[in-house]
Amino acid sequence: MAVTTPQASASETATREIFMSEALREAIDEEMTRDPTVFVVGEEVGVWGGAYAVTQGLLEKWGPDRIVDTPIAEAAIAGLGIGAALTGSRPVAEFMYSDFMGIAMDQIVNQAAKNRYMFGGKAKLPLTYRAPFGAGTGNAAQHTQSLEAWFVHVPGLKVITASTPYDAKGLLKSAIREDNVVIMFEHKAIYAMRGHVPEGEYLVPIGVADVKREGDDVSVITYARQTHHALEAAEQLAAEGISVEVVDIRSLYPLDTDTILRSVRKTHRAVVLYEAVRFGGFGAEIASQIQELAFDDLDAPVLRVGAAHAPVPFSEPLEQASFPDTAQVVEAIRQSLQGLY
Amino acid sequence: MAEQQPVSTNGRAGGDDASNGVLEQLTDDQLRWIYQIMRRIRRFEETAEEAFRAAKMRGALHFYIGEEATATGVCAALDDGDFITSTHRGHGHCIAKGARMDKMMAELFGRTTGYCGGKGGSMHIADIELGNLGANGIVGAGIPIATGAALGSKLRKDGKVTVAFFGDGAGPTGAFHEGVNVAATMNLPAVFVCENNQYGMATHADFANAAPIHNRGAAYGIPSASIDGNDIFEVYATAKEAIDRARRGEGPTLIESRTYRHKGHTVLDQKNYRTREEIAEWVSRDPIERFVKAVNEAERLDEDDFQAIDGQIELDIEHAVAFAEASPWPTVDVIERDVYVE
Ligand SMILES: Cc1ncc(C[n+]2csc(CCOP(=O)(O)OP(=O)(O)O)c2C)c(N)n1
Ligand SMILES: [Mg+2]
Repeated sequence: MAVTTPQASASETATREIFMSEALREAIDEEMTRDPTVFVVGEEVGVWGGAYAVTQGLLEKWGPDRIVDTPIAEAAIAGLGIGAALTGSRPVAEFMYSDFMGIAMDQIVNQAAKNRYMFGGKAKLPLTYRAPFGAGTGNAAQHTQSLEAWFVHVPGLKVITASTPYDAKGLLKSAIREDNVVIMFEHKAIYAMRGHVPEGEYLVPIGVADVKREGDDVSVITYARQTHHALEAAEQLAAEGISVEVVDIRSLYPLDTDTILRSVRKTHRAVVLYEAVRFGGFGAEIASQIQELAFDDLDAPVLRVGAAHAPVPFSEPLEQASFPDTAQVVEAIRQSLQGLY
Repeated sequence: MAEQQPVSTNGRAGGDDASNGVLEQLTDDQLRWIYQIMRRIRRFEETAEEAFRAAKMRGALHFYIGEEATATGVCAALDDGDFITSTHRGHGHCIAKGARMDKMMAELFGRTTGYCGGKGGSMHIADIELGNLGANGIVGAGIPIATGAALGSKLRKDGKVTVAFFGDGAGPTGAFHEGVNVAATMNLPAVFVCENNQYGMATHADFANAAPIHNRGAAYGIPSASIDGNDIFEVYATAKEAIDRARRGEGPTLIESRTYRHKGHTVLDQKNYRTREEIAEWVSRDPIERFVKAVNEAERLDEDDFQAIDGQIELDIEHAVAFAEASPWPTVDVIERDVYVE
């Protein structure tokens, strides 16, 4: 993995496993310790401890001047982040659900993303927005969306997302240290996933993809929770002698095109997997880059696997079938290999 | 009761009569309706909670228990064709606007026979024909929609009134300001009913709102009232006055109804942001018990009335659960259906 080396001694940390929510909390806590201008702001981040418990215990530790509970006011939360960042603070602003970013869209898109550029490079916005996203929770159409494509379309924003607790911590720490606006999307279904996180300091750089599994026959390019579906599919197909490479892009913008192309030039086949609505989703950008830059290396069209063209339905059988699962990934890989399009 | 420009003269200014004369103006049928609706809301939710705990349903359930008098008192003052917009805590509004419990229960169970065919769940029940323009997962979002419904009524001259229900947590939203201000500038037939149940999740209403919500009526130049939301008679009288006013073309009113949710924010909430004493104090002001006491003291209705209503509700509830459980799950071919008019 392309990360900086952990500083803790291998013996004490080799097996430490924590939840993704804890990994994110550690990232925030460590950066707050490192830099007194870092503060957290959002709805229910303090007394409640965050809707997904990411900021649990931080109010008790840091007090209300650095863990700032707000009323329900997403436009204000986005704007509080901008104003504080412009004037010397380093805010970590949380949207309780990424769906609510719609309310804050002007502040994010017309203000945060553009200030520096419009002001001729004179403004600096060391600002991180965090937002849970993704489906599978039974919370219906207004609490389950994957809206990352909205934001990667806006120059001035960086967009990242993690599939493991290790990456989550390292990416969020990098985001907080960035002098740019970074939006970190956190998939709700994997907050409670455990994974290895070493004790001590490390960063995962923004803009660097990670090959989560090496393989020779097909590349699955993906991110966030879908990485796990890709890994499961790879495991299943390995039993049949099919070798799948899984690339977790981790960063949507900037996109590590080199790692993607290196993989595709090796396997000659690509399946792009994402949980957002397939039509017009970020996977289209990845697929397009692959065919533009590696057309001659391809033995099959680049396939996209994404969600249905519908809001996320409530009822369990509908919801589960509305976005990609492992079986659909397996199917797409087979299609790519067999040339059944 | 009204601290700003009063809309009601039925204030709780004293006297022995708990209802300040409102009860006397209601017919026996109206009293039965009120009791029936409040009890239906409560029993529906108690039953839904059992089903949730038995893992028969999933997602987020926000219970209205303790707040029944607000939806019931307001809807008692609405005509059948009038409109409401609702919230994430919407079961009470649905039932008070006349929704069927079997179709609601089936929706919570995610079945085809539910109000939304299983696509919406608890947070998105709507029944446009009944005038329920929908529960809402986005805090504050129903307010501008209510303003729009009221604008439509004004343009079509259909004589209808729209009520927006929203929580104290919606007070801080931009949607509140934009929706109420527009309604006031256009003098629309809308009534904005803030259900101040003291908290939005763990956040106290007074923390979230810089000044009392009902104070804002003055800022928009519209009448406002702050009422005891657990007193069905006060809710009804205040809502009636506001609704009549709207229907006469005299513009919107803002009502802040002080109440309390007995349960957590969602069925899963076990956080400690309220004291046991506070909860007990509000539970002792239970709106249904207060209604029954007032009716008994006024020697209206008799035990048989209450028993008959309760008995029927139990049958309806039993039916609702059986209906929901027996109903088919939706099949995947409907996932992309109803995204657009075909
Ligand atoms: C715009 C928006 N922000 C945040 C949320 C998350 N959320 C759901 S309910 C709620 C509290 C709402 O409080 P209130 O309006 O008082 O209604 P109550 O739950 O008390 O009935 C919050 C923060 C949301 N649904 N929508
Ligand atoms: Mg509330």
